[in-house]
Amino acid sequence: MMDLDRTPLQSGYDVAVIGGGTAGCSTALFLARAGLSVVLFERHQCGSQASGVNYGGVRQHGRHRAEIPLSIRARTIWDELPDLIGHDCEFDASGHVKLARTQDDMGELEAWARVARDFGLEVDLVTGNQLRDRFDYLGSSLAGASIMPQDGQANPRLVAPHFARAAERAGADVREGVDVAAAEREGTNFRIELGDGRTAFADVLVNTAGAWGYEVAASFGESVAEAPLSPNMLVTEPLPYRVKCSFGMCGGDIYARQIPRGNVIFGGGTRAITDFEKNRTRPRTSSSQLATRNLIHAMPFLAEARIIRSWSGIDGLMPDKIPVVGPSSTTAGLFHAFGFSGHGFQLGPAIGAVLGDLILDGRTDTSIEELSITRFTQDGAGVRTTSNQLNPSEQGE
Amino acid sequence: MRAAETLVKAGLRPVVLDEGFKAGGQIYRQPPVPDGREPEDLYGSEAEKACALHETFERIRPNIDYRPRTLVWNVIGDSVDYYDESADVAGRLQASHLILATGATDRTLPLPGWTLPGVYSLGGAQISLKAHHSLIGQEVVFVGTGPLLYLVSLQYAKAGADVKAVVETASWSNQLRHASGLAHLPSAAVRGVGFMLSLRRMGVPIYRGAHAIRFEGESDCGLTAVSFESGGRSHRLSCIAAAMGFGVRSEWQLAELAGAQLSWSDIQQQWVPDLTDHVRASVDGLYLAGDGAGVCGADAAEVRGELAGFALLQDLGHSVDASRRQVLEKSLKKQWRARAALDRMYPVPMHLLDELADDTLVCRCEAIAAGEIRHVLVRPGAEDVNRAKAFSRAGMGRCQGRMCALNVQAIVERAKEQGPQAIGWQRTQPPIKPVPMAAMADAYVPDPEGTRE
Amino acid sequence: MPGRLHHLQNPLPGKTVEFLINGRKVAGREGDSLLTAILTNHKAVRQSEFGDGLRAGFCFMGACQDCWVELSDGSKVRACTTLLEEGTHVSLPELKL
Repeated sequence: MMDLDRTPLQSGYDVAVIGGGTAGCSTALFLARAGLSVVLFERHQCGSQASGVNYGGVRQHGRHRAEIPLSIRARTIWDELPDLIGHDCEFDASGHVKLARTQDDMGELEAWARVARDFGLEVDLVTGNQLRDRFDYLGSSLAGASIMPQDGQANPRLVAPHFARAAERAGADVREGVDVAAAEREGTNFRIELGDGRTAFADVLVNTAGAWGYEVAASFGESVAEAPLSPNMLVTEPLPYRVKCSFGMCGGDIYARQIPRGNVIFGGGTRAITDFEKNRTRPRTSSSQLATRNLIHAMPFLAEARIIRSWSGIDGLMPDKIPVVGPSSTTAGLFHAFGFSGHGFQLGPAIGAVLGDLILDGRTDTSIEELSITRFTQDGAGVRTTSNQLNPSEQGE
Repeated sequence: MRAAETLVKAGLRPVVLDEGFKAGGQIYRQPPVPDGREPEDLYGSEAEKACALHETFERIRPNIDYRPRTLVWNVIGDSVDYYDESADVAGRLQASHLILATGATDRTLPLPGWTLPGVYSLGGAQISLKAHHSLIGQEVVFVGTGPLLYLVSLQYAKAGADVKAVVETASWSNQLRHASGLAHLPSAAVRGVGFMLSLRRMGVPIYRGAHAIRFEGESDCGLTAVSFESGGRSHRLSCIAAAMGFGVRSEWQLAELAGAQLSWSDIQQQWVPDLTDHVRASVDGLYLAGDGAGVCGADAAEVRGELAGFALLQDLGHSVDASRRQVLEKSLKKQWRARAALDRMYPVPMHLLDELADDTLVCRCEAIAAGEIRHVLVRPGAEDVNRAKAFSRAGMGRCQGRMCALNVQAIVERAKEQGPQAIGWQRTQPPIKPVPMAAMADAYVPDPEGTRE
Repeated sequence: MPGRLHHLQNPLPGKTVEFLINGRKVAGREGDSLLTAILTNHKAVRQSEFGDGLRAGFCFMGACQDCWVELSDGSKVRACTTLLEEGTHVSLPELKL
């Protein structure tokens, strides 16, 4: 449904970005703003996969320790979206509540809160009774919750596209509907073969290819086990605006938020149906049913509501459920940011900032060492990522 | 129903899932409770066909598993997800073969004021009369195009309504130019002329080539007048009720979910499922009958239903009556030619969108105005109808684009100066109609493939 | 308050079915959809959620989803595909007409 992209390419770019999710688009934006010539290749349209179809949670809450510094940096950028990209993307710092069903869950939340406070994050722990005083619509069987008031939510359909347009305004060459067939190192350059037969050249290559990131990594001798992950998302009809925070259950089997227009958007821990070869997904009825069941249990008043739509898309899942972010372990000038494992939406805006630091200055103050691809590519030599044995961030949320 | 009958004759016992209270679909809809009216009162010249269809249903009923008030909200592979409204229960059926006869709904256009209380769809106005023996108002203006416009206007006039006018968007010269196409089906032409003459006799003015149509009134009260231009003059008719309909559009959402390919039809001005052998979709075991697979009318629907039954039986290895099938195919071809003539005589007046103001609501459910759709085409920049939907929410509401998708598409086409192929159709996302959460939750059946990593 | 729809009297109407609009007893007919019953007594069925005013149904065939009405217990039904039942109690926007 797209015109073939026929505008000539430049003879060479400073940077080529593969993949137009939020990570890729923000990278294009930050680098273009710094004055580099940037081209971005997106096979479909910017934000048409995981970046655009996810739940829309803007959450530092509950993240794996390795992600927290990146997540904190992202959170500051979320506040700056109107200046940065000319649109707030409906970002609402509504707060995020992580619910505990059991005392064991509560123990996990407390342990996480201690970690988070080390990073300077504000976390409130509340008991079951306090929880119901604050949120009278919650089910009665909850043990408690932790709350991060500065977290929030945004409209995922808008974020990557607005980053893409802002990148264009900053001078980036954003090519939608252009597939990358192959990429290789050629002398000091990267040679990028496009699906339409053309070739592009760049000094630096950024791999933000989402669920397909492993393919790009593999062509540079970095073999990682990335699997497709399809969140199963649903939305209700508009209801009176009542659920003003974003909610997630400890363990991740339900997450839900309501937008001021009234729709409750929710998902669960089970997957949609994925045909990775054909790049097609669709909601799975059993997943929709289970998410609905779990949500009604957490918010009984929703039993009276109706579901009006469901959807999915494809994200990449890493074996340890945290993304690969940082320089390549084999190839100078190659940078990765993929495999966000179902929780990259909040991080996306920071990817451009951090890769921008690395590409422009050769270093970043944001600690991302534990997200390095070396944890998969160098036997035992990679940075261990198991320092945080807590439940990893919930997929899809 | 004709499909079910054909299967029953061959000794099969099909499951028939019907959203309606009673069999009959929209055209031969039966009142929920008999109200003393005769078939002639309800179905006019089509009474005999209606009775025949209802009798067929009563005859085959013991041999089918009939489930009224059952919404099929999703089809995936051989699984059919349904919601039974009477029992308030959701569930899933497995079927090796599926015939979809999902019908059609009114084709609408976003005219100023079309969401006002008192403005109804043309089909809705007819259902109100036929099924519930009530008028949408005492004083009614009928706006739209096509044979149904005249039929319903006449039914209202005969029922005692003060039909202020029939406001037809097609020009008289256009109707005459293409009327010869009805030679394939003279009975339709005769009926159509009959409607117009009867309306004339009853003193109902017919305005043709109408444009600049507006429904006037206050959003907290309702419709007070319909204004339009016709024949170089402006008209304003006071009324508390109006019906609008610009033909009908196919309900192919389930077909798409089941995997049917769609193509744009220039003559129907809508997307329709690809068909081979008249009834086969692009997926094995899926058969499409009736107006849901391209609009050809009620008579054709009976033929298409029977053909779908034949095709299915053939795929099951049954022998089918080849001469009967030939007769059906011949009749269907004739109907398609006549339909094409009607489509040319009464084209959907998409040109009315050329004058669509930014503040006119396009998506009724989400209350999205034309200007909001146009805005997202610029920033963040939508190139097709699905992106326009994603950015603007037009088509994301309770009706899932049923009422607005073709109009959103037309707005994008105009702004991008591209045709339907480039702009695309709004992809169907289940459920095709709202499904209660409690029923959805209760229907949970664990599925090992869906389990969490 | 007069309604919007107009029930025909010929042939004679069927049995009367009593139901409630905002606590007020009103009459519908056996065989009415809830939408028909409401609109023969009242001029609208709901407020649009998005501030563009009242709605009073549109398609009568369960397609447009414009006639979801609230019952007094807070639940909702699509009025055009719901049969009127004795004692149904609907909560409707009061009109200033």
